[in-house]
Amino acid sequence: MLDLLKIPVESFQDFLYLSGRAVRNIVRKPHYASDILFQMDVIGFGSLFIVSLIGFFSGVVMALQMSRALATYGAQGQIGQIVSITLVRELGPVLTALLVAGRNASGIASELGSMKVTEQLDAMRALGTDPIQKLVTPRLIATAVVLPLLTILADFLGLIGGYLIATAMLNITASQYWQTAWRVLEYNDLVQGLLKPFLFAIVIALVGCFYGMRTSGGTQGVGLSTTKAVVVSSVWIFIITSLLDPLFVNL
Amino acid sequence: MSETPPVVRFENVSLRFGETVALDRVSFSLDAGETLIFFGAAGSGKTMVLKTAVGLVKPDSGRVFLFGQDITDLKESEIFGIRSKVGILFQEGGLFDSLNIEENVGYPLVNQPLALRNGDGGDVSEQEVASRVRESLKFVGLEHTLEKLPSELSGGMRRRAGIARAVVAAPPLVLYDSPTAGLDPITANRIVHLIIKERDLRNTAAILVTHRYQDGHMMANFRYNPNSEEIEMVRPEAPMPVSTRFVVMNEGRIVFEGPESGLLQSVDPYVLKFARPGAS
Repeated sequence: MLDLLKIPVESFQDFLYLSGRAVRNIVRKPHYASDILFQMDVIGFGSLFIVSLIGFFSGVVMALQMSRALATYGAQGQIGQIVSITLVRELGPVLTALLVAGRNASGIASELGSMKVTEQLDAMRALGTDPIQKLVTPRLIATAVVLPLLTILADFLGLIGGYLIATAMLNITASQYWQTAWRVLEYNDLVQGLLKPFLFAIVIALVGCFYGMRTSGGTQGVGLSTTKAVVVSSVWIFIITSLLDPLFVNL
Repeated sequence: MSETPPVVRFENVSLRFGETVALDRVSFSLDAGETLIFFGAAGSGKTMVLKTAVGLVKPDSGRVFLFGQDITDLKESEIFGIRSKVGILFQEGGLFDSLNIEENVGYPLVNQPLALRNGDGGDVSEQEVASRVRESLKFVGLEHTLEKLPSELSGGMRRRAGIARAVVAAPPLVLYDSPTAGLDPITANRIVHLIIKERDLRNTAAILVTHRYQDGHMMANFRYNPNSEEIEMVRPEAPMPVSTRFVVMNEGRIVFEGPESGLLQSVDPYVLKFARPGAS
């Protein structure tokens, strides 16, 4: 039994060690500003289209599906409220994070994994550069900055998607839609809508880097690390949101 | 009178990865200007010797000294300074995919916290970096590849660019990890020529890990002639000024250490596998 637990416990310990060093490096020199900007471009701008698309259609689908349920109670006028709460509190952060996990946790893990198996990480250390400072910290900062921004964009486009359905198919006026959508949002909705993507970003970046940097076994190992990075970061996204939801629901 | 400490010294160094023994009580030393050739089958621990020598891997027991300093328990950040006195050629060159050849070769000059940069510890100017990078690439015959990415070069060219990066800061010690592995004989010989040229022009100490007898044989018996710009066999009347010793490793242990003549006379069948001229 203890042997079975040994590997996961050691892995978690290694993950915490990497995370600690990555976070500590945020305030330590040297700072690789150009790497941070480059990663923001790769992760943020690179994900812009897919995040916009999914955000918009999740609003469309939400409005369409919920309109039927609301019609039962003659409350179709409240569709803006439903779309707004669902997107800002839950779907916006989670869907955006899952997309970025699929796109960037895998990208980070495969890039760092390839560098590991071709000894580029060792070369980096041998040439006086800390790979955590140069590779992990910039990805962590970049993801933590851009994921909340991407989430805001997805939320907004989702609301627009809902608005189009509401006005075109449900005979709701624009002002009614936007008033219900806006008024229902409370301070704690916005806090959790931004706190979640921030936490998801930390998980996505660190899990991607962690599996990338412990890759072994050549190109096959790179594939395995990539898969693990996506699966593990996705699972953690759901765990985190499940842990946070009760806290905010009771507020 | 103070004696110059060995460039590298291992004292009973052992290292395990789980159940696998990577190094088993390995002891040796390398003096300034000297060359050590490590032979051994795949997985015998040769590469681990190099990585342990510069602190990339920490031993489980034993002590490792680099330029007289005990680096065994030093933190990563504390080793950076001393590592800048060592050039390393990794097995596949270890070039950074995202940087072009000029940036790759200039990397040690820009990133290493180095007293040997200008002697005064100051930063090297951009012009000086560019000029030293060109000089180093010219040394390996790749001055036309400055703008190319590593993926645009052949395996042999990547290895040569790796040598250019390893020697660009003129380090007193260069470590070569299987520099000829996977290359055709012509390219492999060209690489060894470059290593001999580097050793003889700059009088560097070197550890060369290989499984090719020819590599060690050439290192021990050929030298660079700056007049003809070729390497030539050492004549008996003008023996090699530098010492070349051979080490054979098996399952993490050193099973032979000595000159080439001792290697050839060994009765150990494992050692003899590496001592047959023509074997590769």
